[in-house]
Amino acid sequence: MDRSAQPPRMQSHESLRGDALDGNLLVVRGLKIAFDLDTGMLEAVRGIDFRVPHGKTVALVGESGSGKSVVAQAIMGILPKIARISAGQILFDRSTSALGARNGNGAKLNGGAIIDIAREPRNGPVMRSIRGGAISIIFQEPMTSLSPVHTIGDQIGEALQLHRKVSSREASELVMEMLRLVGFPDPQRGFKTYPFELSGGLRQRAMIAMALICRPTLLIADEPTTALDVTIQAQILKLMIDLQKELQMALLLITHDLGVVANVADEIVVMYHGEVMESGTLEDLFQAPEHPYLQALLRAVPRFGMAPGERLTPIREIPVTEGKMFAEKKPWPEGAGLGAPLLLVENVSKSFSIRKGGFFGGDEKQVVAVDDVSFEVKRGECLGLVGESGCGKTTLSKIIMRALTPDTGRVLFNEGSRLVETLKLKGNDLQEFRKRIQFVFQDPMGSLNPRMSVFDIITEPLVIHNVGTRREREEIAKELMALVGLDMRHLRRYPHSFSGGQRQRIGIARAIALRPDIVICDEPVSALDVSIQAQILNLLKDLQQKLGLTYIFISHNLAVVEYIADRIMVMCAGRLVEMAPADRLFQNPVHPYTRALLAAVPDPSLTCRLNFDRLMEGKASIPSAWPAPFTIDPDRRPGMVEVYDGHWVRAGIDVRSAA
Amino acid sequence: MFRYFVQRLLVMVPTLIVISIAIFVIIQAPPGDFLESYISELQSQGEAVDPAKIEFLRRTYGLDLPLYMQYLKWAGGLLQGNLGYSFEHSLPVNEVVGDRLSLTVVVSLASILFVWVVSFPIAVYSAVRQYSIGDYFFTFLGYIGLATPSFLFALILLYFAKEYFDISIGGLMEPQYMDAPWSWAKFQSILSHLWIPVLVIGLPGTAGMIRRLRANLLDELNKQYVVTGRAKGLPPGRLLVKYPLRVSLNPFIADIGSLLPELISGSVIVSVVMSLPLTGPMLLDALRSQDMYLAGSFLMFMAFLTVLGVFISDILLALLDPRIRLGAGATK
Repeated sequence: MDRSAQPPRMQSHESLRGDALDGNLLVVRGLKIAFDLDTGMLEAVRGIDFRVPHGKTVALVGESGSGKSVVAQAIMGILPKIARISAGQILFDRSTSALGARNGNGAKLNGGAIIDIAREPRNGPVMRSIRGGAISIIFQEPMTSLSPVHTIGDQIGEALQLHRKVSSREASELVMEMLRLVGFPDPQRGFKTYPFELSGGLRQRAMIAMALICRPTLLIADEPTTALDVTIQAQILKLMIDLQKELQMALLLITHDLGVVANVADEIVVMYHGEVMESGTLEDLFQAPEHPYLQALLRAVPRFGMAPGERLTPIREIPVTEGKMFAEKKPWPEGAGLGAPLLLVENVSKSFSIRKGGFFGGDEKQVVAVDDVSFEVKRGECLGLVGESGCGKTTLSKIIMRALTPDTGRVLFNEGSRLVETLKLKGNDLQEFRKRIQFVFQDPMGSLNPRMSVFDIITEPLVIHNVGTRREREEIAKELMALVGLDMRHLRRYPHSFSGGQRQRIGIARAIALRPDIVICDEPVSALDVSIQAQILNLLKDLQQKLGLTYIFISHNLAVVEYIADRIMVMCAGRLVEMAPADRLFQNPVHPYTRALLAAVPDPSLTCRLNFDRLMEGKASIPSAWPAPFTIDPDRRPGMVEVYDGHWVRAGIDVRSAA
Repeated sequence: MFRYFVQRLLVMVPTLIVISIAIFVIIQAPPGDFLESYISELQSQGEAVDPAKIEFLRRTYGLDLPLYMQYLKWAGGLLQGNLGYSFEHSLPVNEVVGDRLSLTVVVSLASILFVWVVSFPIAVYSAVRQYSIGDYFFTFLGYIGLATPSFLFALILLYFAKEYFDISIGGLMEPQYMDAPWSWAKFQSILSHLWIPVLVIGLPGTAGMIRRLRANLLDELNKQYVVTGRAKGLPPGRLLVKYPLRVSLNPFIADIGSLLPELISGSVIVSVVMSLPLTGPMLLDALRSQDMYLAGSFLMFMAFLTVLGVFISDILLALLDPRIRLGAGATK
């Protein structure tokens, strides 16, 4: 790390006014961006300074709403229409960009080698040649950021032909070379595919290929891995680092994930409410964060190896108050503790048939979503369920809820006095069972009816199950609001006037309104900001304590699961592969898939950085590629083996000696 | 793709059979048949009705046969291009329809063309410059176009043309060409008359199309892939045409299915008001007088056009949108 290079705010503005940017590729000075809203001007960025040196990685960190994406849009000249740069400079050095070099000399560049992007007309020829040519950007959502009706090759080739004079044959050769570079297994085929035919990881690779095809000197990555699974995330990060070295470009990484930052960044700029709180080198900031905001941010993120009982400290603590109805633990029914678990899942399998290969043609294909899964849930525990998207977690949770009927197997629920087989329940019994098990959804936006007031949403379960009179329900609703840390005066409001975290609280209030035994939380915090995550996780933990709830907590974020769960199950390709108490699983993972998952999680600390070379390139989730005795293929179908007290692994019997 | 094509074609056959049965049943549903209304009309005029002649007519047209036989006879005729016999006009249906069908097609195609040519640039302008003065102006105009019944608009035009220019703009040609054979002069006369019915018939469609295309395009303009396009350095015009405009076209291709039958049945009221020699008024008459073969053949022809239109739009959609062609949904 070049320690002599100080962040630009330390330098006088005069010294930078010349043509040289002191070896920096991009210098942002006093940048202010305002949004022209109906309600008046909103200043989203309030005078920030930072720089991006040649070939280095700078991470722009902050919560959503901190203005970090707006900065990226300003640099690209793609701000929304209602936004404008009200003050400041964005100086960019074009002399080293591939375009400038090819032109022979920088003088030919329209407007000189160093231009102030803030002054250029957004759609003028200068900005258009910079966009995609000298500066490129990749976005968070790889599905929506590519056009659904054009092939990958077409979209990448277009970027190339906009900035370089090449024949279409040359262009397609270059595109295929680029696709190979970003790790497309079959570039020739990839060239002709449409985005929806690709997995999320491949789509993001295509997006990277498109951004890099013109060899930009600066790549802006706006939350490039947030929408991806953890193993895919690690692969994409590795790819970006490798390409950065190869193409010698600078990277401006915009993220809220401090784990990612710790693993790839050289310098960090922390933003909060449109201002830079702190900036400096990675080492400085992580070892001695000076600003209280960064300290708070670091404390709010769940990380591996937290001390038992250690609590996350949210940046803004939301106080909760208890009422009389929800104050006490619901007494466990007679005989509940007597050996039998609360929920018993036995040999459950479910497969779906999908039609592939276009219209009518093609064959029906059976996809096994859940394959022979058995486990139990004890009363009062929190069982974490971990796996990548598509591994069958949600299908399994729906089977437990009895929202889906499995093909084989059974689910037993302990009512206290008796075990009932949920799949055989009918009429009143089923209705009673429904009260016992509730769900918290991932998407706080989509899971609340926008046309119902908060009061209606929270009391709807009570109405459905005929609990209490209207007045009693009102009391309950008020108490629930206080219990989840919301203002009870907001009961008449509608969901749209709440933030994501508040909406998730409403969803939680609805789930506990009936005082269920089990609450299934399906990725409840993955759509939320880091600081909000900590609030919701703490709330869930407290509620479990207070109300004696049992959780099944589904997540792909291992750190989150470690923070909240007592026991963890790992699923892959519809199968349970490992199940162990939380601390044991993290200290002593046995299954190769669990190990790959753990290895891929970027930790927000400098001491244990990701080992990118050890990533199993996309093979971690293919059961037939696992080494013996874990291999699963038509010949070998190992069952679950207990390797230690309460620690089960799907493997051949000889795994015991290995563990 | 070829397999899809063939399968879609084959599906049309049972569809058409079911429709033809439905049409036949509905036409037969009111009590009595054409001969009975014919007899009562003769009687009301005080004319003697010769039972033998009625019996002869009944047998000639197969009205004494059981229903299913009548149906088979009719359907069989349709297959051979024989649309049946119009009782009211005492002529084969083909001859009754005559010129009207081609004129209808001309007027309707011109209206559709008018709708597309006018609405497209306006809609694109309105969407790209949302909330500009021009957008408000066209929005206002569009609402007026949507809210004004076309027959009223036609009446107003007729009135003003007569009052201020002293010309009659009704009809589709000068009266002397009415039953004359096709000639260059007749063609010119039609052309000079054509624009008024096209304007009247096309206006509500234009207004609706502007609103829909504008809404579609506005949705697409805010999509992330448009930002990606801008981030590539695409000039605004090329970006607009290649990405959002193309995606927002899907609903219009899907519209073709309903456009084709409208060619024949559309704008009945306007045709009556403006005394246009089109097929709409004729269908209305045929239904009223229980002229079953004329009405049935008309309806069948419309059903055929609907099915064909849907088929064409499906194929076009599949060609244009890879998500349909390659079956998305399997992956999300």
